[in-house]
Amino acid sequence: MRPFTYERATDAQAAVKAVAENPGARFLAGGTNLLDLMKLEIEAPTHLVDVGRLPFAGIEETDEGGLRIGGAMTNARLAAHPKVRERYPVLTRAILAGASGQLRNKATTAGNLLQRTRCDYFYDTTKPCNKRQPGSGCSALGGPTGYGAIFGASEACIATHTSDMAVAMTALDASVETMTPDGGVRTIKVEALHLLPEATPQVETQLAAGELITAVVLPPPPLGGQAYAKVRDRASYAHGLAMVAVAGGRVAFGAVAHKPWRAAQAEAALAAGASPAEAAAAEMAGADADDRRTHKIALVRRLAAATIEDAGSAR
Amino acid sequence: MTSVADWAEPNPVTENRSGVIGKGVDRYEGALKVSGTAPYAYDTVAPSPPAIGVLVTASIPRGRVTSVDVAAAEAAPGVQLVWSHLNAPKQAPRGARANPRSQRASNPALASDRVEYFGQTIAFVVADTFENARAAADLVKVEYAPEPAVVDFLASFDQATLPPDEEDVHIGDFPGAYGAAPVTIDETYFSPLQNHVQMEPCATVAWWEGDKVTVHTSIQMVKGGQHALAETLAIPSTDVHLLTRYIGGGFGGKGQPYDDLILSALAARALGRPVKVAYTRQQMFHGTIHRPAVSMRVRLGAEPNGRLTAFAVEAVTHCARAATFTEHAANFSRNLYAAPNRLTGHRLVRMDLPHAGPMRAPGEAPGMLSLECAMDELAEKLGLDPIELRIRNEPDIDPETGKPFSIRQLVRCMTEGAQRFGWERRNPVPGQVRDGRWMVGMGMAAAIRGNFLLPAKAGVRIDADGTITLRQGMTDIGTGTYTILAQITAETMGVPLSQVKVEIGDSDFPPAPGSGGQFGAATAGSAAFEAGMNLRRALTELAVGDPNSPLYGGPAEYVTFENGVIAIENRSETLAALVARAAPDGVYVEGSIAPAADARDYSQHTYGAHFAEVGVNMVTGEVRMRKMFGVFAAGRILNAKTAKSQITGGMIWGVGTALTESNAVDPRFGSFVAQDMAEYLAPVHADIVDLDAMFLDEADDKANPMGIKGVGELGIAGAGAAIANAIYNATGVRLRDYPMTPDKVLAGLMAKGL
Ligand SMILES: Cc1cc2nc3c(=O)[nH]c(=O)nc-3n(C[C@H](O)[C@H](O)[C@H](O)COP(=O)(O)OP(=O)(O)OC[C@H]3O[C@@H](n4cnc5c(N)ncnc54)[C@H](O)[C@@H]3O)c2cc1C
Ligand code: SF4
Repeated sequence: MRPFTYERATDAQAAVKAVAENPGARFLAGGTNLLDLMKLEIEAPTHLVDVGRLPFAGIEETDEGGLRIGGAMTNARLAAHPKVRERYPVLTRAILAGASGQLRNKATTAGNLLQRTRCDYFYDTTKPCNKRQPGSGCSALGGPTGYGAIFGASEACIATHTSDMAVAMTALDASVETMTPDGGVRTIKVEALHLLPEATPQVETQLAAGELITAVVLPPPPLGGQAYAKVRDRASYAHGLAMVAVAGGRVAFGAVAHKPWRAAQAEAALAAGASPAEAAAAEMAGADADDRRTHKIALVRRLAAATIEDAGSAR
Repeated sequence: MTSVADWAEPNPVTENRSGVIGKGVDRYEGALKVSGTAPYAYDTVAPSPPAIGVLVTASIPRGRVTSVDVAAAEAAPGVQLVWSHLNAPKQAPRGARANPRSQRASNPALASDRVEYFGQTIAFVVADTFENARAAADLVKVEYAPEPAVVDFLASFDQATLPPDEEDVHIGDFPGAYGAAPVTIDETYFSPLQNHVQMEPCATVAWWEGDKVTVHTSIQMVKGGQHALAETLAIPSTDVHLLTRYIGGGFGGKGQPYDDLILSALAARALGRPVKVAYTRQQMFHGTIHRPAVSMRVRLGAEPNGRLTAFAVEAVTHCARAATFTEHAANFSRNLYAAPNRLTGHRLVRMDLPHAGPMRAPGEAPGMLSLECAMDELAEKLGLDPIELRIRNEPDIDPETGKPFSIRQLVRCMTEGAQRFGWERRNPVPGQVRDGRWMVGMGMAAAIRGNFLLPAKAGVRIDADGTITLRQGMTDIGTGTYTILAQITAETMGVPLSQVKVEIGDSDFPPAPGSGGQFGAATAGSAAFEAGMNLRRALTELAVGDPNSPLYGGPAEYVTFENGVIAIENRSETLAALVARAAPDGVYVEGSIAPAADARDYSQHTYGAHFAEVGVNMVTGEVRMRKMFGVFAAGRILNAKTAKSQITGGMIWGVGTALTESNAVDPRFGSFVAQDMAEYLAPVHADIVDLDAMFLDEADDKANPMGIKGVGELGIAGAGAAIANAIYNATGVRLRDYPMTPDKVLAGLMAKGL
């Protein structure tokens, strides 16, 4: 870890300015991801602006009948919120499927969305990794474990995004609200927040430097059932091998791509009256993987079919 | 020398008058641990503020360090010292042993430019703070001349050789009998490389006073650590004071010293101030030992009635190029089932990986994963219940050596376990039981693990206030050693537990071999018992020889010790009164234990049976343990609570072994893929749902004076196989490649059209 300076932001605008004007500065929220990365010198900010105590840690109703979730609200409080549990059970379930109780007590809405990949080679600084060190190569490609994306991967990077919360938010058609460096406010769909790796896997979202996530807005709950499923090696405290969130007619996958993956083909098939299995197969027709990862295509297809079925019988 | 016959005599522990032996008393140091106040090595407060050392490790598996650029690190804030092989203090060459009785050879750090494995220490930085040391460590720039490395185990079997000083064991005519057997099994099982992932990483605080160094470190063997440091520094072992009072897990991985110990001592000497060093979590994976992968071929030949006629277990495993460690994965099978024609043996591949070494139940833990599944496969082929198959092959005498068993209750473990677990609920036809999307099945496996007694000493003193203090160069790696030593001492001396103090983990105390091989309780405990018996004799003499004692002149053979009182019938006084008056400075004696001369005339083991119920998710291939129960026979149980905690801990590790725990070697880099506890998947609470165990009543009077045996390793032996067999029973998918992760299970389900 490199030495760094620290300030606790008291207002959002000043925080945005502090980070936008200093290329070495980063926002700090719960710190559960960023500090780990700093200890390993995967990230080496020279200045941290702590936005964890800015006054947007609550939940409010929107005029449209949805909810506005503060960017600094903890994952634990969000998952437990009665309005979320009642109207967006897929979100509660997704959050509770992630990390551990201790981590969820610290982790925030914005930090969770912006958590970086768990790719083993991203974490091992002795290995080439285009995301960590652009141009050095991708060690996960051809690695022994069968890790990697099955949608939208590139030669440069096959990393997956493994936020559980973001998968549910994608299925719920949520948007993030940001404060931009010029003081403006911007709204971005969660499904459009993250980018595919292409040739620049180090660029992970469409946020500008210093752009602050202030809230996530959920539209009114969709008609129809909601369901969340996560496959993992152990029963808790493990990143997903695959996740599926279903909310009404919307379907999203996790741990399959560089971003939470909206399963548009599956949705279209469902809208056209396809069965859950057919809808899952429609999406998986677009999946692509090398030999070591083909098992994952089968896994996601089966999980998607089962979860769509569960959502159908959930209401 | 003693004979095991001497141990059959009743004694205070076997008579257990106060009942404290066997009782589930709370941990002696429990309050300190749960309140976070037990000072582990790194927490030790040095006499003056320590400087902090950080290791820099190699990023190639094999080759030479061609240059080390330390300029930036040396110029970094707070840095006091930067060492590489170019300027590290001279140490005795690796393996040197100036003192022939030394328990460990020299283990120098930064000794040469050679890189023998990924993660080897190649430089060392000391600074005023941890943060400064870590930041500077990242500034050390190293260049290498890499050399080709052998790191792919499965691709290197052609390099396998017999382990040193070892031959295969042939009994009868295995090939002939196997060829003639009407029913056969020939399968190969694979168990992966595992890391110890102790909660507490290796750590040391060191300081010097004149020529003497004091080290507080985390190590399972007190004498081994003391001698290794002395040999490496080429100083007398009496100049090394090693303390290891609280240890956050060892599992065999801390049986030897690592670079934290050597480098903190060297740096403390060079800087003239205390230095402390800890491995990071990531460094633990490569910088310390691991359990090697094992490939095991099992061949069984049987009569239609289930009697085994031919039996072969052959293991291929690996160790570091310069080492000789062998994971003896076939050894256990030499004592388990009767069969007249037998073949067992090992092959070793030398690789350029970090050092393989012992991990909880070395040999049995991976080994039983093979045979105990093969027996399940054979039972199905024969149409026999797996328990019945094992009973039909239960030997009367040790099947390899022909020696009598000291005691063997394996069959009772299986039958009692079957009843308590509800084995009769198991449908022998696989793939029949459903619970929603879950396929449910049951499996069982036997457990066996050797029992050992090593030479040990202990000291015990009584003070004028009646406090009895046991002192021993023993360790408690979280197993409950403090507690059972207190219980043994209390019962031997006939005093309440509250009157007993236990001081261990100090090289100044009478030596015990430490914690390992599940020999700790029997070995250290027996020495404590003998010391206690000697103290009884000393106090008896004191009392009957003291004209002021009510016991004066009484017959020594009638003296009793109970409730803190020494008595001859109704003549009595408290121990405190006796000592305060007759020996106000206290009385100190030592005792020792050694293996009996005829101990090897018996086949001596601990036994058990595991029963598991699992659910297999038909959609995803995820396996979740639903219920597990084990019955064990392991001699007299000293503490119901700590023994059960040990045995269930072993079973839990078995669940992890079957389902999640492994580390992949990346053959391109010669390093392990998982390097933290988010990726190296040991079970968490949610994985262990309903798991319980019980011990059969047993006392093994051939084992030691107390009739106790080890429990630390037995619980893991066979546990994973019970889970694997349950997966088969649930699904009809037979996996032989551990751990049985969702991808493998799902592939099996899909191959069955599910
Ligand atoms: C062992 C372990 C297991 C885990 N398992 C899971 C799991 O199973 N599922 C899962 O979903 N997650 C898992 N996680 C990840 C966890 O959810 C994230 O670490 C957490 O959500 C990050 O939130 P934080 O507030 O601590 O973010 P921080 O670490 O503080 O920040 C993360 C990133 O977000 C940026 N940031 C923070 N706030 C803002 C803001 N308001 N605007 C703009 N940028 C901002 C920071 O600059 C940083 O780049 C796991 C983490 C660990 C350590
Ligand atoms: S997949 Fe991406 S993060 Fe992983 S090694 Fe390749 S480039 Fe780095």
